[in-house]
Amino acid sequence: MNDFVDAIEFIFNEHESPAGGAQVGGLSNMWELTWEHLELSLVAMLIACALSIPLGLWLGHIGKGGFLAINASNVGRAVPSLALIAFFVAYIGVGFTNLALALVLLAIPPILTNTYTGVRQVDRDAVDSARGMGMTGAQIVRRVELPLALPLIFGGIRISAVNVVATATIAPLAGVVTLGDPIINVNTYGDEGRLAAAIVVALLAVATEVVLGAVQRAVTPRGLKLEGGGRWRRLAFALPNNRREAPT
Amino acid sequence: MSALLAQVEIRDRSEDTCVSDNGFCPEWIADNFDRYVDPFFQHVLLTVVAVAIGFAIASTLAVVAYRRRWLINPVTQVTGALYTIPSIAAFFLLLPITGRGFVTAIVALVSYVLLIIFRNVLTGLDNVPEETKDAGRGMGLTDRQLLWRVELPLALPEVMAGLRIAVTTTVGLATLAFFAGAGGLGERIFEDIVFKSNVVVAGGLAVVLAAVLDAAILLVQRAITPWTRAVAAR
Repeated sequence: MNDFVDAIEFIFNEHESPAGGAQVGGLSNMWELTWEHLELSLVAMLIACALSIPLGLWLGHIGKGGFLAINASNVGRAVPSLALIAFFVAYIGVGFTNLALALVLLAIPPILTNTYTGVRQVDRDAVDSARGMGMTGAQIVRRVELPLALPLIFGGIRISAVNVVATATIAPLAGVVTLGDPIINVNTYGDEGRLAAAIVVALLAVATEVVLGAVQRAVTPRGLKLEGGGRWRRLAFALPNNRREAPT
Repeated sequence: MSALLAQVEIRDRSEDTCVSDNGFCPEWIADNFDRYVDPFFQHVLLTVVAVAIGFAIASTLAVVAYRRRWLINPVTQVTGALYTIPSIAAFFLLLPITGRGFVTAIVALVSYVLLIIFRNVLTGLDNVPEETKDAGRGMGLTDRQLLWRVELPLALPEVMAGLRIAVTTTVGLATLAFFAGAGGLGERIFEDIVFKSNVVVAGGLAVVLAAVLDAAILLVQRAITPWTRAVAAR
């Protein structure tokens, strides 16, 4: 238990580095690392969303490319994040941009798969009646399919964001000084620094999950919450529900 | 950074220009492939043990929660929290408690797969049609017989789907198990991350392992659920 006390002490107070010289630890140092961690994760997530949501909406709307959209997740899961980052370091090089690119690749599959599935799950009757009201394809996507798919899209964003925050921990391997720095350069920060970083990373991941979970609930259209809300959440790979349904 | 990249030297750079340029060198790979064999099997062991323990715990929880519905929310929340904690953080959070080594890695990996398997087993059980269960009860099956002879077999497609997700995810996370002192292919990647040959072989082996285990579970699923094929063929 003493180790944890030391680690928490490390978060709040500066120490002299075991390697000598520099001061490490303390709130300003931890915040610096946390900020870099968040910045990297945020950049990667924004780019991944900008690429995969429009693609998923379009593929879902035209009902093609399902094989690609569904299998993106399966392939993405099979590639270890450490291997992906190592591949980028060895072949493309270190640095913020390269690493962000690697994290984008990591973040795309769940968002793409969930966006596609979300659009395909939209009740065809709703789409048909929108078309009958004279909506164009673009209007159907924007006003019917996107709102009804939002819970699933956010489910995908949530999975990706937690994964990106977790993976940003090994960013120091590619020269970006995130919260992983005390974990990987233990000689500079000491054991208590490493444990402190692990605690902050864990809290950051849980906070990401909780905040995005709240956003996901907030964007769920009221009609979906009332009836079949559980079904949507289950498809989002989130909470199971208590209702019994026939197999789909 | 320089301290970080000055990692364990795993090769002699002097003779071969391809190797000294950190290139992709088939000859070096052929000569040095045996150094990846042990980490590969460590990786297999980590994955199989973690998924097996996780499956035993999570499927038991799911079967219990299937009958006692009030358990679903607490179990989901606890396993969900474990699932959210990044495994690299979990390795170090466990270090003061379980020490360095295989056990720490296994505990972290198991805690990660619990949610995946729990949810899929429960979904599988919930998806068993009510009429089928009624027919079973009508034949005089007790609750226990119904579970083993009707509900669990019919839940197998979802159960196996959960296992496949769990296995491929665990192969990926086990590449970080060396942080807990449990070896695996990640240790090789980490040792020389700028050397293309090393990264491709160690990373490639991890991807191949995930694909092979995934395919193996799929084959087992086909073998033990012959009725799903009959439906597909119709």
